[in-house]
Amino acid sequence: MTDLPTTGAKKLGLVIDLDICVGCHACAVNCKEWNDGGHSAPLTDLDPYGKDVSGVWFNRVHSFEAGDHECGRTVHFPRSCLHCETPDCVTVCPTGASYKREEDGIVLVNPDTCIGCKLCSWACPYGAREFDEADGVMKKCTLCIDRIYNETLDEIDRVPACVSTCPVSARHFGDLGDPESKVSKLVAERGGYDLMPEMGYKPVNRYLPPRTPKRQGAAALKPSEQVEAKGFLAWLDRMLSR
Amino acid sequence: MHPAISIIFFTTASGAGYGLLVLLAWGALVGHLGSQTGFGIASFVVAIGLVGAGLLSSLGHLGHPERAWRALTQWRSSWLSREGVMAILTFLPALAFAWSWVVAGEVSKLAAALTIVGALVTTVCTAMIYASLKPIRAWRNPWTVPVYLTLGFYTGALLAALLLHVYGLRGPFVTFLIAVVGLVATALKIGYWMFLDGGRSASTAETATGLGSIGKVKMLDPPHTESNYLLKEMGYRVARKHARKLRLFVLLVGFGLPILLSFLAVQGSDAVAIAGSLLAVASGGLGVVVERWLFFAEARHTVTLYYGSSTA
Amino acid sequence: MSLLNPPDRIDFSAPTADEVKTTTCYMCACRCGIKVHLKGGDVRWIEGNKDHPVNKGVLCAKGSAGIMQHNSPARLKKPLLRTGERGTGEFREIEWDEALKIATGWLGDIRKTDPRKLAFFTGRDQSQALTGWWASAFGTPNYAAHGGFCSVNMAAAGLYSIGGSFWEFGEPDWEHTRYFIMFGVAEDHASNPIKIGLGKLKGRGAKFVSVNPVRTGYSAIADEWIGVRPGTDGMLVLALVHELLKADKIDAEYLVRYTNAPWLVIKAPGTASDGLFARDDKGRPLCWDKKSNEIGDALSVDVVPAIAGTYKLADGREAVPAFQLVAERYLDPAYAPDKAEAVTGVPADTIRRLAAEMAEVAFSETVTLDVPWTDWAGRRHEKMIGRPIAMHAMRGISAHANGFHTCRALHLLQTLLGTIDVPGGFRFKPPFPKPAPPAVKPAGKPGTLGPGQPMKGPPLGFTTGPEDLLVEADGTAGRIDKAYSWEAPVAAHGLMHLVIRNAWAGDPYTIDTLFMYMANMSWNSAMNVPETMAMLTDKDASGAYKIPHIIYSDAYASEMVSYADLVLPDTTYLERWDCISLLDRPISDADGPADAIRQPIVKPNRDVRPFQDVVLELGARLGLPGMVNEDGSPKYPGGYSDYLVRHERAPGIGPLAGWRGADGTGQGAGAVNPNQLERYIENGCFWHHELTPDQRYFKHANAGYLAFAKSVGFVGSTDPIILQLYVEPLQKFRLAAQGHGPIQPPDRLRARVEKFFDPLPIWYPPFEHLDAEGYPVSALTQRPMAMYHSWGSQNAWLRQIHGANRLYVGRRLAERDGIADDDWVWIESRLGKVKAQVRLMDGVNADTVWTWNAIGKRSGAWGLAADAPESERGFLLNHLIGDVLADGSPNADPVTGQAAWYDLRVKISKADGPPKSEPHFPTLKRPPQSPEPAGVLRHGARFKGRA
Ligand SMILES: Nc1nc2c(c(=O)[nH]1)N[C@H]1C(S)=C(S)[C@@H](COP(=O)(O)OP(=O)(O)OC[C@H]3O[C@@H](n4cnc5c(=O)[nH]c(N)nc54)[C@H](O)[C@@H]3O)O[C@H]1N2
Ligand SMILES: Nc1nc2c(c(=O)[nH]1)N[C@H]1C(S)=C(S)[C@@H](COP(=O)(O)OP(=O)(O)OC[C@H]3O[C@@H](n4cnc5c(=O)[nH]c(N)nc54)[C@H](O)[C@@H]3O)O[C@H]1N2
Ligand code: SF4
Ligand code: SF4
Ligand code: SF4
Ligand code: SF4
Ligand code: SF4
Ligand SMILES: [Mo]
Repeated sequence: MTDLPTTGAKKLGLVIDLDICVGCHACAVNCKEWNDGGHSAPLTDLDPYGKDVSGVWFNRVHSFEAGDHECGRTVHFPRSCLHCETPDCVTVCPTGASYKREEDGIVLVNPDTCIGCKLCSWACPYGAREFDEADGVMKKCTLCIDRIYNETLDEIDRVPACVSTCPVSARHFGDLGDPESKVSKLVAERGGYDLMPEMGYKPVNRYLPPRTPKRQGAAALKPSEQVEAKGFLAWLDRMLSR
Repeated sequence: MHPAISIIFFTTASGAGYGLLVLLAWGALVGHLGSQTGFGIASFVVAIGLVGAGLLSSLGHLGHPERAWRALTQWRSSWLSREGVMAILTFLPALAFAWSWVVAGEVSKLAAALTIVGALVTTVCTAMIYASLKPIRAWRNPWTVPVYLTLGFYTGALLAALLLHVYGLRGPFVTFLIAVVGLVATALKIGYWMFLDGGRSASTAETATGLGSIGKVKMLDPPHTESNYLLKEMGYRVARKHARKLRLFVLLVGFGLPILLSFLAVQGSDAVAIAGSLLAVASGGLGVVVERWLFFAEARHTVTLYYGSSTA
Repeated sequence: MSLLNPPDRIDFSAPTADEVKTTTCYMCACRCGIKVHLKGGDVRWIEGNKDHPVNKGVLCAKGSAGIMQHNSPARLKKPLLRTGERGTGEFREIEWDEALKIATGWLGDIRKTDPRKLAFFTGRDQSQALTGWWASAFGTPNYAAHGGFCSVNMAAAGLYSIGGSFWEFGEPDWEHTRYFIMFGVAEDHASNPIKIGLGKLKGRGAKFVSVNPVRTGYSAIADEWIGVRPGTDGMLVLALVHELLKADKIDAEYLVRYTNAPWLVIKAPGTASDGLFARDDKGRPLCWDKKSNEIGDALSVDVVPAIAGTYKLADGREAVPAFQLVAERYLDPAYAPDKAEAVTGVPADTIRRLAAEMAEVAFSETVTLDVPWTDWAGRRHEKMIGRPIAMHAMRGISAHANGFHTCRALHLLQTLLGTIDVPGGFRFKPPFPKPAPPAVKPAGKPGTLGPGQPMKGPPLGFTTGPEDLLVEADGTAGRIDKAYSWEAPVAAHGLMHLVIRNAWAGDPYTIDTLFMYMANMSWNSAMNVPETMAMLTDKDASGAYKIPHIIYSDAYASEMVSYADLVLPDTTYLERWDCISLLDRPISDADGPADAIRQPIVKPNRDVRPFQDVVLELGARLGLPGMVNEDGSPKYPGGYSDYLVRHERAPGIGPLAGWRGADGTGQGAGAVNPNQLERYIENGCFWHHELTPDQRYFKHANAGYLAFAKSVGFVGSTDPIILQLYVEPLQKFRLAAQGHGPIQPPDRLRARVEKFFDPLPIWYPPFEHLDAEGYPVSALTQRPMAMYHSWGSQNAWLRQIHGANRLYVGRRLAERDGIADDDWVWIESRLGKVKAQVRLMDGVNADTVWTWNAIGKRSGAWGLAADAPESERGFLLNHLIGDVLADGSPNADPVTGQAAWYDLRVKISKADGPPKSEPHFPTLKRPPQSPEPAGVLRHGARFKGRA
């Protein structure tokens, strides 16, 4: 059923720190690399060496400027499925291929039953669904379900590809349903927020806002009296041993 | 939103088919249908043909048409599923109604009544597929369902008039209906467009990124320099200038001209009646197709907020 | 129910590989450790190696796209011999034996007559230890790698000042710094380490300031963005120096201990010793000892040296401590913040505040590590105390003609604050620091070369005065690129960007063969591309090419391939042995030296050979010393891997430092270990030696570190490395320009040498800015983080991110010129014009426009469709950048010859016509038998595992 599951306690998701994201696209490409051979394999690319190249990507990194002119900020902004708590992408699906897992809240598409009607992609406000034209089915971020529970990987590697690869550690993975988890605490501490809360989809993923800049208040240095008054020869006349 | 031909054809054709069915069934209920076998067969062939062709065309839009039956399983949550289920269910009373009228010679009022319910519910379901999509303000609003219903009814009436005339029957009532429904449709569309132009989405580039507290948000770079599925599907935009012209086209060619033609038709000879109502169907059909095209082309999805739009 | 809606068949634990092999990434020169997961013999997945000192498990976008690079349809398949005109891309495939015979023929003839007629230039590979040695053995001084056009002025500024440098020779103390200023860095070679570091640093609450005309990437996450006017950082930095000096916020103790601040500089204007250090008869520098009130040995432990005053030397000449010259110069109001504001566009108040913030951090927030250490004089210190200000700089400084001095100014600032190799400061990466400058001199003086003879030393090194230059008696350059001539006396890395022009012009002499490796010199690494292409194909009166032979090794169908006569196709990075050596550009971090290898992960499916194998084979065929045994047989029949293990540069010192000695216990030095490569592979293909905690800071003066460094050959002695506020070798060149000594610059260069060889940092406007009337805007490029120069475009995944490039223009500037977003514009410099599409932005200096580097491609290259966006909407600024100035002199740093890419000045105007970039050159032919690239790419499908 594409009814939403009675929400379990566990809400796995990502927390993305916009204060330190440098927009390197590592998460996006690493996601592509892992998932190209993973559960949703392949992430097809069309016209890969031609004029109109395009492909299936689960994670895309945008760049924005916020604020005006020199006083604003440039913010790099990765965008992937937010594994919403009450997403219409699931309920609109006519086949049940789109579903939200009760055990951890991950939103997935069953590639064996998806008819490729694309309706879920219309229902997602965030543009997190990607149609694979060659396969005729909808694909999307799986929260790397084939990594996070993968017993052939070392414990430490059982995190999404985008998280393990982010060079600045701007991406965090964990249970946002557990207020004691590291990610929940991070969200609380840094004022993590929802994208488009007005949609009412209740995204699980959170974004951490840019921090306020540091030390903008220092007063200019006072000229040293020694330098000013006595000239620098005197000022430098200290006994400095080696 | 990308105006896919298959979807435009599906919604307009099935809308007209259901509109025609509703009229026929209504005629039966109020006792207006006699034993006009030829007219009956033709009407059902056209109505069910349009509904069926619409449904088939909607399959053409699917990545996996062979799995289409799966779409019938999720009626509890999905309007698309409900639409599929209702479309199939509606075939039962519609066929029974057709049988009773054309073959058995005795119209089943129960079948007719169920046909009306089925057709209306199916059309509402179709409309709700769109009206339920929160990311698209142009669709998720109180106008969508009435417009779908009215236009279905309207195009159905245009077809009914043509069929009547072809079979040498005259239906001034249908002409009257065309005029009334056409005017209602005109009003609805004007109201809808005023709604569309008069407001903005609650979502903005600022809410989409959450960066509004810093200031106005402007796109610097999209993630990829070339286009992608999302942009092709949801990023479609028709220029304002063209939209204006097309809206006028819809009002004139879609509603004004057919109403005029319909009036001319009922007053003329049989040949004039047929020609007039044929032209009315063609003109109304074209108008409604353009209306549907605009319904998609003017709709903006919130995903565009991530690609440089300030509102959706 | 499950019939209607069967459950998703997820294989939660699908194995990622049949086999996992470690190696080193080479999607860029950062050289991260990777683990390659193979399934059914195909590369399924490449992940970062968590144990690796460089990347600690992370991968960047490029590294993550390695599969697509490895499978690129642009890979070359077989050696190619030119059949049509040069530049058209007409070739036929030939066998390797024929290719090697042809090359041996050309090179053998040269070696027998005049080895200088071979110019051997290599790009950003990591085999410079091999290729430089090969050039030496061949006997040609005409060898260099990409450093000359990359950042040689910065490398030189560092090596002459502090014995290390930014670039890859040092790094900020990411763990401890509280204040980090980054000058002109978009990505840099330490691509992952910088990102890892910035994440840590911001997480700790340290302040990050980015000085950069453009606010993207790193600058986007800076606490403060200083949108400086291009080419003016030197002035900004010297104004900071001014403020700090004026407020007495300098670390005088540090200066006395570790720098040449107290060394006495002779004041004897007009004489040959003016401005040189006063030295005793053993050549040791002198100082004024305040304890004894007499001249003392500046290197002695016991002196209490003065850093100001005027003193009389024994011979009666006057001398002042170097620091006094520093203070005198920079206290001058000419360096006041208000003066700097006019030059840099940075408000004077901001400059004052930055100085104040730095002073606050340096002097009230010192970092103390409870680590006892012993200094060079044997004194034990209980703690390591540092001033936690770190700086980093790269091409925003070096790609300007004043970059050497600007970088010197940065090192001056760092040194005055006492932040070099201290906790929280800038840290050396072993094998650095080396004596400033390192003791290696360039070989190849005219007269020392001859037919059939090797050179007596390496082609590249560090000149310390006119006597080290490679010039003829009349001042004519000895090298084809004129490195180490009066045009570029301190050209520590050679000048790759001048080879083609000089070879074409026959200036200073003609050559026979241009042998290049891994450098796309007819496109994105050329300045003035159209003219460069013309020079490569130009013929003399007899119809012969002016550059008679071009041999080129590339792995892919780059633009340059079409300009070669003989193409030697290389392997990809997953198909060969490679060595990232301490003798070259190592992967060390500040906590210890490191090196690494690449091992073949998959077998090539084409008839290609690793270039290093080819070079060794050519060496053997030519009978070069060191490459053949006495009987003439090849010395390294096993190819490069054989060489890596058995070659010794000096006894016990080889390409790889790990697991040396017969038993593999030698770290850094030791006898040859035949099992060395196996040991590397067991360890993840890298070696990292962790310095003991007491060796990790103050390396320039740390007895423990210096002893270690000497034991492994990094330095020749355990003497402290003195940081040079005042760089005496520069003064030696200047004296020559003033008419002293036997070797003097030609008259046309006298004034220039005199001006720019100032032993203290100066700021001067970049040359291209001087006569820039009509060209009011600076035009820059930036490295995109997800692309590596030209290679990225053949990569199906990366090219989706950067398939075309825009010209980024500030909103205010655009408004002034009536330019809107998405408009097409002409970008015009004194050389010509380029058409590009505009993207408006806020975060850019008001007088600056910029674009991403090397995205524009020539139609037909790189296995791409002829109408690919890279050539339809992509463009290169290089077409507009002069390799020479309007007056014909090099568009380069006058000290080092570094190419001044970012001095470009342009004007922009709205363009009509089709939405297509210009200029367009004829579409290049694909190499013979190239496959048509696939229309749909589904590489991963073969790995799909379903439960
Ligand atoms: N991803 C990726 N990584 C690379 C490379 C690549 O192509 N792609 N190339 C490698 C190579 S060869 C090199 S040399 C390094 C170079 O690494 P970077 O030095 O990071 O190279 P650029 O992108 O040229 O960055 C120069 C920066 O300086 C700024 N800038 C320009 N002029 C000025 C100025 O006058 N003052 C200041 N303060 N800033 C200025 C530019 O806006 C830009 O941000 O990167 C290496 N790493
Ligand atoms: N406008 C502008 N121009 C610039 C710069 C700039 O900032 N702005 N930066 C300059 C700088 S710092 C640099 S370093 C240069 C870089 O410019 P280049 O040195 O020309 O760099 P690449 O484009 O990387 O070209 C290297 C060549 O090596 C080939 N190659 C890649 N892998 C292999 C391999 O495994 N084996 C072999 N044999 N070949 C291989 C590639 O196919 C490519 O043809 O560009 C310079 N040009
Ligand atoms: S990898 Fe990290 S820093 Fe890079 S774009 Fe993704 S989130 Fe940002
Ligand atoms: S982000 Fe979109 S696809 Fe993901 S759960 Fe929310 S609505 Fe669904
Ligand atoms: S495209 Fe697939 S997953 Fe999406 S709504 Fe249609 S059937 Fe469901
Ligand atoms: S969680 Fe996995 S699938 Fe989702 S964006 Fe990250 S890497 Fe991609
Ligand atoms: S920075 Fe990226 S491309 Fe460069 S070596 Fe590391 S992973 Fe590879
Ligand atoms: Mo470079």
